[in-house]
Amino acid sequence: MALAKRIIPCLDVTAGRVVKGVNFVGLRDAGDPVEIARRYDEQGADELTFLDITASSDERDLILHIIEDVAAQVFIPLTVGGGVRSVDDVRRLLNAGADKVSINTSAVTNPQLINDASARFGSQCIVVAIDAKQVSAEGEPLRWHVFTHGGRKDVGLDAVEWAREMERRGAGEILLTSMDRDGTKIGFNLDLTRAVADAVNIPVIASGGVGNLDHLVDGVTKGHADAVLAASIFHYGEYTVRQAKEHMAKHGIEVRL
Amino acid sequence: MTTIAVVDYGMGNLRSVSKALEHVAPFAGITVTSDPDVVMGADRVVFPGVGAMPDCIRELESRGLKQAVAEAVASKPFLGICLGMQALFGHSEEGDVAGLGILPGTVRRFPAEAMVDDKGERLKVPQIGWNQVHQAMSHPLWNGIADGARFYFVHSYYVEAGSPELVAAFTHYPFAYASAVARGNLFAVQFHPEKSQAAGLSLLGNFVAWDGSC
Repeated sequence: MALAKRIIPCLDVTAGRVVKGVNFVGLRDAGDPVEIARRYDEQGADELTFLDITASSDERDLILHIIEDVAAQVFIPLTVGGGVRSVDDVRRLLNAGADKVSINTSAVTNPQLINDASARFGSQCIVVAIDAKQVSAEGEPLRWHVFTHGGRKDVGLDAVEWAREMERRGAGEILLTSMDRDGTKIGFNLDLTRAVADAVNIPVIASGGVGNLDHLVDGVTKGHADAVLAASIFHYGEYTVRQAKEHMAKHGIEVRL
Repeated sequence: MTTIAVVDYGMGNLRSVSKALEHVAPFAGITVTSDPDVVMGADRVVFPGVGAMPDCIRELESRGLKQAVAEAVASKPFLGICLGMQALFGHSEEGDVAGLGILPGTVRRFPAEAMVDDKGERLKVPQIGWNQVHQAMSHPLWNGIADGARFYFVHSYYVEAGSPELVAAFTHYPFAYASAVARGNLFAVQFHPEKSQAAGLSLLGNFVAWDGSC
C-alpha cells in the first residue's frame, strides 16, 4: 500500500456562488460554496479546488470570505485560483486559509512570479494551471499549445515544454486542463495528460472533460495523472466522491476510502 | 484553561494549524506567536512550518526562538509538524545546514534513482497526498486512530532517524521512512494533521489532552 491517487472536486465560483458552464460559457448556478465544500468533505474528497472566475475586480474579495468560512469547517487541503497576479495576491489567499494557490495567466505573462512566489512561500503551495489545446493537424505528431483567456488566446508555447519550465521555476504541482474537453463530458485528453505527466517530476492533476467514473480511472491508468479533478459530475449529484473512489479502487487504483 | 503556543517563525501559513486546534480545543487559549516568552510560558507548544530548512534555521535564530523551542522540548507537551519535525534533527541535506540537534538523525532528499514503486511506476517528488501511517509504538497520540490510517503529506525531504526507538510510525515512499517520531514529551509528524480530516483532528485532539508521558 502506498500513496493514494487523489480525487479533487472543483468549484468554479463567481459572485459568491458555485457555477458550471461548458467551455467557459453558459454558466449555471450550482449552489453555495461552503455547503458544497462540506458535502464533498463528508463524501471523502481528498482536496478541494476553488477557481474564482469573477470578472469584476470589486467582487474579488468575496472569495477570501468564502475561503475563510470553508477553512474553519473543512480540514482537507484547499487550493484557490483565478486572477492571481502578484506575490501579494498569493499571500492574501494563504492568509484567508488556502493551502495552495493556483496561477494561470500570470505564469505566462510574468513567469518570474512563479520563482518569486515559490521562494517566498515554498513550492508546495504553488500550483501552475495550464490550459492546453491540441494544435497539431490530423496525421501530424501530437502537439499542444498553452492558451489563456478561457481558451481563446494561443500564447504560442508548447504545453509540455511549458510544464517543464514551470517545474524549473518552482511550481510544486501542475493542474492541466484540456480546453478542448472542458465541460464536454467525453473524458480527459489522455495523450496530453500522459505527455505532461511523464515529462515532469512534480505531480500532475488532470482536468477537463470528465463525464463518468471510467474517465477518472483512465486519467490515472492511461494518463498517468497523480490526481483527477472534476466538477459537474459531482455538482449535480450524478455521482458522489465516494462512488468515484470505490470505482477507482475496483479498477486497482489505490485511493483513500 | 490550557494554553497552546503555535510557534510562528515566518515559515508558511499557520492559520490552518491554529484553526484546526481551535476546532478540537474550543476552550483552549491558542496563540500564534513569535515571542520566545510566550512560547516558554505556554502549557503546550506546536511547532509547525513549511518551506526550506536553511530559511527555517535562520528565521528561528533571528527571532531568538531556538532556545525557547529547546526549552519547550525539554519541559512540556510538544508537537512538531512537517518542517517543524525535520528541524529537530542534527543535519539536513537541504542547504547542507545543521538543524536544532535535539534528536539524532539526518534529513535527506528523496533520492531520484529510488523513486519507483513496486509496480515499476515512477513516484513524484514532492510526495503530495494521502499516504498510510503505520504505527511503530503504542502512544497516547494514536488513541482512536487506526494503524495504517491515511494522513496528508507534502514533502521532498524525509527524516532518517538516528535511533530506531525514536520511530513512532513509518510510511512507504517507496521505502519505509519515519513519518512520526516520539521521545518523552515530544511528538513530531511529517504529515499535516491539520489537513488530514478526521484522523488528523483525532491526533490534534489527543495532543491537547496529552500530559506528556508515554
